[in-house]
Amino acid sequence: MRIACPFCGERELGEFTYLGDAKPVRPAAGASEDEVFDYVYLRDNVAGETSEHWYHGGGCRAWLKVGRNTLTHEISSVEPAAGAGARQAAK
Amino acid sequence: MKYSIFSLARAALSGHKNWQRTWRDASPKDRYDVVIIGGGGHGLATAWFLASEYGIKNVAVLEKGWIGSGNAGRNTTIIRSNYGLPGNTGFYELSMKLWERMEQDLNYNTMVSQRGVINLYHSDAQRDAYARRGNTMRINGIDAELLDLAAVKKMIPFLNFDNARFPVQGGLLQRRGGTARHDAVVWGYAHAASALGVDIIQNCEVTGFVRDANGKVTGVETSRGKIGAGKVGMAVAGSSSRVAAMAGLRLPIESHVLQAFVSEAIKPLIPGVMTFGAGHFYVSQSDKGGLVFGGDIDGYNSYAQRGNMPVMEDVCEGGMALMPMIGRVRLLRQWGGIMDMSMDGSPIIDKTPVDGLYLNAGWCYGGFKATPGSGFVFAHLLARDTPHEEAARFRLDRFRTGAMIDEKGQGAQPNLH
Repeated sequence: MRIACPFCGERELGEFTYLGDAKPVRPAAGASEDEVFDYVYLRDNVAGETSEHWYHGGGCRAWLKVGRNTLTHEISSVEPAAGAGARQAAK
Repeated sequence: MKYSIFSLARAALSGHKNWQRTWRDASPKDRYDVVIIGGGGHGLATAWFLASEYGIKNVAVLEKGWIGSGNAGRNTTIIRSNYGLPGNTGFYELSMKLWERMEQDLNYNTMVSQRGVINLYHSDAQRDAYARRGNTMRINGIDAELLDLAAVKKMIPFLNFDNARFPVQGGLLQRRGGTARHDAVVWGYAHAASALGVDIIQNCEVTGFVRDANGKVTGVETSRGKIGAGKVGMAVAGSSSRVAAMAGLRLPIESHVLQAFVSEAIKPLIPGVMTFGAGHFYVSQSDKGGLVFGGDIDGYNSYAQRGNMPVMEDVCEGGMALMPMIGRVRLLRQWGGIMDMSMDGSPIIDKTPVDGLYLNAGWCYGGFKATPGSGFVFAHLLARDTPHEEAARFRLDRFRTGAMIDEKGQGAQPNLH
């Protein structure tokens, strides 16, 4: 697996660290216990196309949102994750 | 058939042409008291314990491929019971005791070899942590010995003791730990379960659950037709989320790939199982002579049964740090298996919120050693509807109540357990 970082170009997997599924969104501070439990512990654990957060610690240190197939390891898209990286890329 | 010295002699004298099948390849009946999904070690062990300990013999084990084709055939065959937390300590010792009598129980040579497991420590802090774990084991009646440097040097003199960065200071030894022949464990349980009337049905993929008006699971839809069931047990580690999703459940589990490696065969070198404490590397030597070893999971979600190069490099570096002389040994084979990584690194054996559906999952990368224990306590749960006392903490709701069993203290990040 190689990941084409939008800032650094294609790099080997060892430069990246995995966080996990990009779909769960942190609940608001006043959210119910059920919502927090769901966010922290339950996973869709998709077999197929998924969207994930990866960190390019061995390069630009940007958080990336990577589209990847968990059955084949094929990567379909790489973009900056929401936040400072996305703002930098939009300039 | 029953195996003995006489059956072996008879078969040998007739040119090995008269061996009968080890177990019966069954076709599905309309209905069973209990249907187990997953013909791996855990599923087959569950069926055998249901039939032998709990008197429930109208049981089917459904396997998508051939039995033992999943993680039962993809592990590094290590057995041990050196866990430190309440919940795990007693359960894995129950499993170890069942390993010790497995061959007599099953009338099958599963090649259980108690050649010892030693975890090496490389710092004062790690020594203290291992001493604590060893004490926990001994308080619970499990054998453990804390070895100092001189004792380790005597036992395994070929290590790189001069490593300036990760000096070996000693190790925690469990002499009753060791290895077993993984395929034989699968065949042994199939052999013994089949003899008691359990139907083992291969090439039978579960495609859905049959439910009544109240939502209770009353059977399974499969690629070989509908099969009715009083109760359905899932033992499909690696695919737990996918099967549970058919019943509308989301689990606290991620599927990750773990790689394992075998070198070319060399003369006897490694006496038991060794682990490198400064990285993550574990190794034993198979009876054929190959070094069987592994390390960390790759770290990203995967169902692909194959890994990537960075972890391969990391694992081999761990081996080289411990035993530089293996640098000349060539790698023969490498493969990947899909681990049910739970949110606290410990398994789940419990009823599900869906009536009639029972869950055996979340084995992370420690499922092989648990095979007999897992089968025993899961059979207990299926037969009695209450958890076995040694598995009472492996509840599905512990993530909600906070009663986690997190040996590594990593929190809800499955790729770090």
